[in-house]
Amino acid sequence: MDIKVNVREAPGDCYVVDLSGEIDVYTSPKVKDAIGELIDRGVYHLVINLEKVRYIDSTGLGVLIGGLKRVREHGGSVNLVCTNPQIKKIFDITGLVKIFGIFDTEDSAMKALV
Amino acid sequence: MSTDVVELRIPSRAEWVALARLAVAAVANRLRFTIEDIEDVKLAVAEACTAVIQHERHGEYIDLTCETSGDSLRVRVRDAGREARVRDEGRSMDLDEARIAGLGVFLIRTLMDEVTYDADPELGTDLVMVKRLQGRPTA
Repeated sequence: MDIKVNVREAPGDCYVVDLSGEIDVYTSPKVKDAIGELIDRGVYHLVINLEKVRYIDSTGLGVLIGGLKRVREHGGSVNLVCTNPQIKKIFDITGLVKIFGIFDTEDSAMKALV
Repeated sequence: MSTDVVELRIPSRAEWVALARLAVAAVANRLRFTIEDIEDVKLAVAEACTAVIQHERHGEYIDLTCETSGDSLRVRVRDAGREARVRDEGRSMDLDEARIAGLGVFLIRTLMDEVTYDADPELGTDLVMVKRLQGRPTA
């Protein structure tokens, strides 16, 4: 089990983080590092693409929450791209749908960045 | 109604949690659970193992016992071997970690039909959770 992380610059002052695989207690540090490095470089507007994520647990959610808290300190935002019903369900039952912008497409997530 | 029992012991380390959740998912698949229910069980088991691993005084191993009956899956997750482990006195949870750990417990309670938890300072933790087919109470 592994997670693949790809970071790419997008139009405007933002970056896209593509995640592929499973985010759990073992793999979430890799995601945390990738997001943390971007924020350390002054990138405060992020789209995190979860379309190819098959599984996420509370440690993965924690990494996303931590990233969101950090960028918000700088007036930034994090939008998510997620179409997997099971993962959307996790965001739903934990109430995280209220704090993250969750979109079906990367394009809509980009356009909605503050 | 026959009961089958499957037991698994994993080291209390993050890299083994995936094995635990996949093994339990395979057991759940033997019943007539929906894919969504199997995903619920996978996540609940992973959260239980993760909670053990993130505890500052976890033991060397986690013991998982799965019992299948006609209409339910019962999973017991025990933090075993605590006495064999040197206490890690240096680690303590900060507030954010505690909130995220709380999220894991919340998920377990939400996704499973029945959850009981027992923690003993010396013997470790013992969590039992049950998933029933279509969430029906046992007759």
